[in-house]
Amino acid sequence: MIKVEIVKIQQELDIVMARQKGREMSKLIGFGAVDQARITTAVSELARNIYLYAGTGEITFEPIEENNKIGVKISAIDKGPGIEDIKKALEDGYTTSGGLGAGVPGVKRLMDEFFIDSTVGVGTTVIVKKWHKK
Amino acid sequence: MRIPILKLHDLLLVSIQVVLDDKSALELQEDLLQKIHATNAEGVVLDLTSLDMIDSFIAKVLGDMVSMAELMGAKVVLTGIQPAVAITLIELGISLPHIMTALDLEKGIELLKDNGVVHP
Repeated sequence: MIKVEIVKIQQELDIVMARQKGREMSKLIGFGAVDQARITTAVSELARNIYLYAGTGEITFEPIEENNKIGVKISAIDKGPGIEDIKKALEDGYTTSGGLGAGVPGVKRLMDEFFIDSTVGVGTTVIVKKWHKK
Repeated sequence: MRIPILKLHDLLLVSIQVVLDDKSALELQEDLLQKIHATNAEGVVLDLTSLDMIDSFIAKVLGDMVSMAELMGAKVVLTGIQPAVAITLIELGISLPHIMTALDLEKGIELLKDNGVVHP
């Protein structure tokens, strides 16, 4: 039984912690090398967004199961300033931090399911899932 | 811990063997430019064999590092990018178009030779 893990994002090094936790869990669930890299990279982007834009927040890793497939659900939650224009944040190359602007749309491409909810002044929640056959 | 930069004739060799956090990546960027300046090296091979992921931030730091070194007059080759890392980078939307790459350290040095950076 793989247990749920939570990593708090409070400082820059926590991004690495979250990354390692993501890799550990994807290995335990049985993902191959490429999917492990996809999941780890997605986690890194989500963790960095929390650190850059909200300052603090947390990432939860949960094993999931449905019909004949298993997978991982990753929730990145912060109580930061929120995203004013979610549609823009999902565009390739859009950035307000001087980065490459690959983060959010990139995460969407790396994972199988992607959900984002953000309210200005309240915070942002991003939930992603990756599946593989049992 | 700082990432060691080795000098071999007129080349600098860097092999990243640690988990690359943002701070180490930025430190490497600065250390490499200082070392290029101090040694007059015209070629750098940056081996990424041990990296199991490159996210958009690390990709940006690596890309910037290559451009900065080029401004100074040194050519940088990235070597050993893992299959899973290459797949993930392209899916993420990052292509690093103007960067010289080679399969491994040996081929990276060959590439610098072919470009007239290293004199055999």
